[in-house]
Amino acid sequence: MKKILNIFVVSFALVFSSNLFANKIGVIYDSGGKFDKSFNELAFRTAERVKNELGWDMIEFEAANNTQIEQGMRKVADRGATLVVAMGFAQADAVAAIAPQYPDINFVAVDVCWVDDPAGNIYQACYLEHEGSFLVGVIAAMASQTGTIGFVGGMDIPLIRKFQGGYEQGALHANPDIKILANMTGTTPEAWNNPTKGAELTKAQIDGGADVVYQAAGGTGIGVLQAAADAGIMGIGVDTNQNWMHPGNMLTSMLKRLDLTIFEQAEKTAAGTFEPGINILGLAQGMVGYATEDGMVTDEMAAAADAAAAGIIDGSISVADWSQE
Amino acid sequence: MAAAVDKSRVPWWVSNLIVPLVNLILALLVSALFIFIAGENPIQAVKLIIYGSFGYLDGFAYTLYYTTNFVFTGLAFAVAFHCRLFNIGGEGQAYIGGLGVFLVAINVSFLPVPIVWLLAIAGAFIFGAGWAFIPAYLQAKRGSHVVITTIMFNFIASSLMVFLLVDVIRDMKQMGPHTVALPKEIWFPTFKEFAALFGIKIRYSPLNISFLLAIAASFFVWFLVWKTKWGYEMRAVGHNMQAAIYAGISPYKNIIIAMCISGGLAGLLGINEILGVHHKIVAGFPAGYGFTGIAVALMGRNHPIGIFPAAFLFGILYQGGSEVTFDMPNITRYMFVAVQGVIILFSGALENLFRPQIESFFVNRLKMKREI
Repeated sequence: MKKILNIFVVSFALVFSSNLFANKIGVIYDSGGKFDKSFNELAFRTAERVKNELGWDMIEFEAANNTQIEQGMRKVADRGATLVVAMGFAQADAVAAIAPQYPDINFVAVDVCWVDDPAGNIYQACYLEHEGSFLVGVIAAMASQTGTIGFVGGMDIPLIRKFQGGYEQGALHANPDIKILANMTGTTPEAWNNPTKGAELTKAQIDGGADVVYQAAGGTGIGVLQAAADAGIMGIGVDTNQNWMHPGNMLTSMLKRLDLTIFEQAEKTAAGTFEPGINILGLAQGMVGYATEDGMVTDEMAAAADAAAAGIIDGSISVADWSQE
Repeated sequence: MAAAVDKSRVPWWVSNLIVPLVNLILALLVSALFIFIAGENPIQAVKLIIYGSFGYLDGFAYTLYYTTNFVFTGLAFAVAFHCRLFNIGGEGQAYIGGLGVFLVAINVSFLPVPIVWLLAIAGAFIFGAGWAFIPAYLQAKRGSHVVITTIMFNFIASSLMVFLLVDVIRDMKQMGPHTVALPKEIWFPTFKEFAALFGIKIRYSPLNISFLLAIAASFFVWFLVWKTKWGYEMRAVGHNMQAAIYAGISPYKNIIIAMCISGGLAGLLGINEILGVHHKIVAGFPAGYGFTGIAVALMGRNHPIGIFPAAFLFGILYQGGSEVTFDMPNITRYMFVAVQGVIILFSGALENLFRPQIESFFVNRLKMKREI
C-alpha cells in the first residue's frame, strides 16, 4: 500500500514539475477556421496530441483578417510558445517577419517553402498534394460506374488547382475516357466556409452524371461530402482521413500528413534537435497518400494506386503541378 | 406608440448624441448577454477589450489603424447616402482601389516619393470611382437599383481580382495569391518610425500616415457635402428628386457624381492597406471593412463628425475583440461578428425604436422648464 502511495506521490511530482517547465505549442489557424474537419482541425488535433502525449501546454489563435495574423503570431510568441505552428500560405509573410525576432522559438510553416530564414528557426513544409491527389484520382476513376467523376475546390487559388490537377491526371491515367466535372466554390475567402454552396455544386455534378466527388474545400467540403452521401454516391475526403464522416459513402481520403510534420517537430523541439529548412514532402517521404480505413477501396483499386505511387516515386509517371502554370 | 414630436423642437444633442448612445448601450447589453451565455464573465470581457485597445501603445495603434479603414468606408457610404443612394459596394470599390494603388505605384516608383504617393492616392480614388461609375450609370440612366448592382459588383470585383492575382500579377516565386512587394522607398511611414523619433519604442503596428489622410478625407467630405454647390445639389436630389428637377438640378449628373466620389473614398482604403501595411495586393484585403463602413456611417448619422467616433468604436471592437479571443477560449472571433451585428441592428434597423420616446421625453422636460 505504502509503495503504491509512493509511486503516486513521485509520479504526481513528476507531472507537476514537467508542467512547470512545460513546452508550449502555439497554433495559428488558416481562414478555414479551427473546426473545418480537415486542414485546420488536423493541426488542432495534433496539437492536442502534443499536449497529451508530450505534456506540453497549448495556445491557439484564429485570425479574422490578414492584418491580425502577424499580431496574433507575435502574441503567441510573447506568451511563451516554444513552437509556433503557422497554418497555410497566407502566413508566410508573418512568419518571415516574426521568426527572426524570436530566435529562441521554433516555427513550423505549413504550405510555405519560400521565405528567407536568417535566424535559422523555421521548418518550412510544402506537400506534393498533386501526387496524393493523383492516387485518389486513380481510385475514383476505377470506382466510377458512370464514367463521370467530380471535383469541388474551395477558393480558386493555385494551391487548390494543384489538388485538381493531380486528381484529373490520375483519373485519366486509370481511364483515358473518364469525364471530369470540376468546380471552384468561389473567389473570396468565404469559399472555405460555405457548405451550402458546396452541396449545391455537388448536386449539380451528380445531375451531370458524377458518382464520385473529391473535395478540396476546407469547411465547404463538409457540405460536399454530405450531399454526396445524401445522393448515395461516393465522396473523397481531403487532408485528414474523413472516411468516418459518412461510412458507406466515402470512397477514400487524400492524406496530407501535416500531423506527422507537426508532431515530429514538437518532439525534436523538446529534444533540442530541431532542424530548420525547406522541405518538399511527397509520396517518396510518405507524407501524402490515400486512406483505406473506413473507406471503400477494393484490393484491385489499392493495387492500381500503389502501382501508380511506385511509378511516381521512381519517376516513370510524372504528375504536373498545376499551381505552377 | 409615443406621440409624434415636432422635430424642430428636439434639441440637436438629443437626436445626435443621446439617441445613438442609448442604442449603443442597449446593443452592448445584449452582447453582454451573449458573452454570459457563452460561459464567460462580460465585465472581464469589457476589461479585456479596453485593455486591448487602449492599454498599451501597440494595441492603441492597432485600434487607430482599424479606425482609418472604417473612416474611409464610412465616409464613402455617407456621401452616396446624402443623395439617397445605398452604396453597399464599398467592399468591391476598395478592392479595385487597391489595384489602382498598386498599378500606379509600381509603374511610377522611379519618381520622387511624394509624387508617387499623390499619384497612388489619385489611382486609388480613380479606380474606386471607376468601379462605382458603372452601377451609377445604370441607376441614373436605366433605373437599375444601385443596391442590387453594387452588391453584384462586389462579387465581380472579387472574381476579377482573384483572376488577376492568380493568373496575371501573382508573384510566381510562391503559391499565395498575392503580388510582389512594392519597393521599400515608397512605403508609407509608419507610426512605429514616428514614435522612434521621440524615443518611444513600438515593436510593430500597421498604423501609418493614412490616418492623416482619413482626417483630411473627413474634412473634404464635410466641405463637399455642406459647403459646395455640388453638395447642395446632391442633397437636393436625395431629399426630393422631383423638386430638384423643377429647380433645374440634373438628377443623372448628381447620382453619378455622388456614386463616383463614394467609390473613390472607398478606394482610399487601398492606400492604407497597400502603401501602409501589406505593400502588395493580398487576395481579400478589404476583409469586410466595406460592409462594416455601412454600419459606421449609419451610426455616425452620415456626418464626418459622427463617423469618426463610430469608426473609432468599431476599431476598439476589432482590436479589443482579438484580445478577448486570446484570453477567453470560449469566445471565438465569430462572437464579435455577432456583437457587430447587434450594434448594427440597434443603431441601424432599430434606430427609431426608442427615438420617439426619448425625444418626447426631452421635449416635454424642456417645455416644463420653460413654463416654470
